[in-house]
Amino acid sequence: MADWKEAGLTAEDLVGMYRAMLLARRLDERQWVLNRMGRAPFVISCQGHEAAQVGCAWALTPGKDFVLPYYRDLGVVLTVGMTPREVMLDFLARAEGPSSGGRQMPGHYSHPRLRIVSQSSTVAVQALHAAGIAYAARMRGEDSVCYVSFGEGAAQQGDVHEAFNWAGIYRLPVIFVCENNKYAISVSHTKQMAVENVADRAAGYGFPGVVVDGSDPVAVYRAMKEAVERARKGEGATLIEAKVERLVPHSSDDDDRTYRSREEVEEAKKRDPLLTFAERLKKEGLLDDARREELEAEVKRAVDDATEYAEKAADPRPQDLYTRLYATAPAVGGEAAPGA
Amino acid sequence: MPEKTFIEAIHDAMDEEMARDPSVVLLGEDVGLRGGVFRASTGLIEKYGERRVIDTPLAESSIAGVAIGMALNGLRPIAEMQFADFSFPAFNQIQSEAARFHYRSNGGWSVPLVVRMPYGGGPGVHGALYHSQSVEAFYAHIPGLKVVLPGTPYDAKGMLKAAIRDDDPVIFLEHKRAYRSVRGEVPDGDYTVPLGPAEVRREGRHVTIFAYGYMLHESLRAAEELAKSGVECTVVDVRSLKPLDVKTIAEAARLTGRVLVVHEDNRSFGAGAEIAAIVAEEALMYLDAPVRRLTGPDVPGIGFNHVFEVEFTPDAAKIARAARELAEF
Ligand SMILES: Cc1ncc(C[n+]2csc(CCOP(=O)(O)OP(=O)(O)O)c2C)c(N)n1
Ligand SMILES: [Mg+2]
Repeated sequence: MADWKEAGLTAEDLVGMYRAMLLARRLDERQWVLNRMGRAPFVISCQGHEAAQVGCAWALTPGKDFVLPYYRDLGVVLTVGMTPREVMLDFLARAEGPSSGGRQMPGHYSHPRLRIVSQSSTVAVQALHAAGIAYAARMRGEDSVCYVSFGEGAAQQGDVHEAFNWAGIYRLPVIFVCENNKYAISVSHTKQMAVENVADRAAGYGFPGVVVDGSDPVAVYRAMKEAVERARKGEGATLIEAKVERLVPHSSDDDDRTYRSREEVEEAKKRDPLLTFAERLKKEGLLDDARREELEAEVKRAVDDATEYAEKAADPRPQDLYTRLYATAPAVGGEAAPGA
Repeated sequence: MPEKTFIEAIHDAMDEEMARDPSVVLLGEDVGLRGGVFRASTGLIEKYGERRVIDTPLAESSIAGVAIGMALNGLRPIAEMQFADFSFPAFNQIQSEAARFHYRSNGGWSVPLVVRMPYGGGPGVHGALYHSQSVEAFYAHIPGLKVVLPGTPYDAKGMLKAAIRDDDPVIFLEHKRAYRSVRGEVPDGDYTVPLGPAEVRREGRHVTIFAYGYMLHESLRAAEELAKSGVECTVVDVRSLKPLDVKTIAEAARLTGRVLVVHEDNRSFGAGAEIAAIVAEEALMYLDAPVRRLTGPDVPGIGFNHVFEVEFTPDAAKIARAARELAEF
């Protein structure tokens, strides 16, 4: 595992990172419970990706840097400031949910104040938005950077290549992060691409690509910090590929038994970043069992509170279907034509 | 008032808006040093620099997608698709992204973007199957977009300015035949034309013709011709398909009770079908004849040979014939 002092992290940072990973994991687990109880229609998980996500987001300046996450990035959005209540409101599609007020599926994060940019279900499209956002930031002389993520399956989409190309030509302050969990639903990475690493492709667009161990939040942070510094100085984009494990099926609607052996899943669980990071912190004397239990209790309280709050929150009203289609009211007719 | 061509009006609108507002940028293939393949942006790169007038890579999805990102972060991009036919690689970015950002974020984000596209063909254009298509029906089907097709230089300038200042994505369709053949009065300096209201260009009591873009001019020529033999037409310029001016359409249909819709786009599921449906819903009891559509046929674009161009494209003579038949129904 990477040296945290050399990476510029403090002991406090490390415990903070662990807490963020733990919060993401426990919120995610609660979502599965609610789903299996029939109280929530859909879950898409961050489990196994938390170290990569928290490691990346720890290097960003919340509210200043733009964040274009993908659906697994619960660890990212929590780290830059979304609250557990906000996450659960979105998860249960409540009117008060900041991302979409109940319009989008869970995991489609949006939070304008935190500069978390609204996500599509269509994979990879956000890579181009990141390039445009970064272009605009540079044109105005701002030193904000733009984080954008996607899976290794999505990395095969043309939009990702077109975005790399723009970022290369204009040396845009974008950090492309590929969370490579080796599966796109059921399809192995070996059927997605002939090369070993997505990061190898960066060279073809004129900026660096780096592969990091996505189970080590310190290693990810170090790569991300370097990329952010380069981007802020006007030295252009970086592609970071974090090798991670997906610990659960693709989503609550998926059954992975037809395409993934149980042995493979058990092996992956032994490398669960939450466990390996906790062990390391313990070994380094930064997190003893008592403190760890305290954190568990604290996180559980936050998850309970968020669940209770969101379950009591109001659904959107039927008439909310028709609003906020246009930012400038149309000059004739209503905003949205009703169906009847 | 000075006379200008349609393309001069487009140029002036972009020039004036870029001078007025430093957040306006133009991006597309060959829009910089070449000034656009139709020369709509001549001189703009010299005036506003290559940061604001961007010769993009040859990748339409990126033109739309990067423009969306710019719009999300405070700019007002004008994205040019070199030909409407090549907007389809960008279709996903326009339909799934630009059109939905505001709605899907419950008003949290908006995309003030204009996508300009030269479209259409007809005799003398020689655009063939991939440089002549009308694409308005695809885009007008999409909630969250505004879709406009000005017919006159006055509207081209005023509506483009309105589109640039609008906070939503606007698909701005410019008919290639109009670029240099259509001239008209265009005031110097600032004015806007709202995106939505249709405009009655001519009033007559026998037949109502709905048209837009270049077909407006063919329809006006047909009306002129018919007037000589006593058939008086109302001609409505439906210059915005989204939003669509239902009120003006219904009133104009009631006025004559005989309705002809003209467009160059393919027939099925085109704007004509929507307008006919509105007439059926809002003016059925006033009708003296079945609603008639005169459109491009359901073939993939306008063939290269002149024979195909003439056969495909509605023109003043075909419109006059159809309108006369309606008048005599
Ligand atoms: C353009 C598009 N095609 C198909 C889908 C359906 N889909 C959703 S996620 C997914 C797999 C994505 O895999 P990857 O990019 O590796 O991300 P992961 O889920 O493994 O994190 C697919 C096929 C989609 N959302 N968008
Ligand atoms: Mg994957």
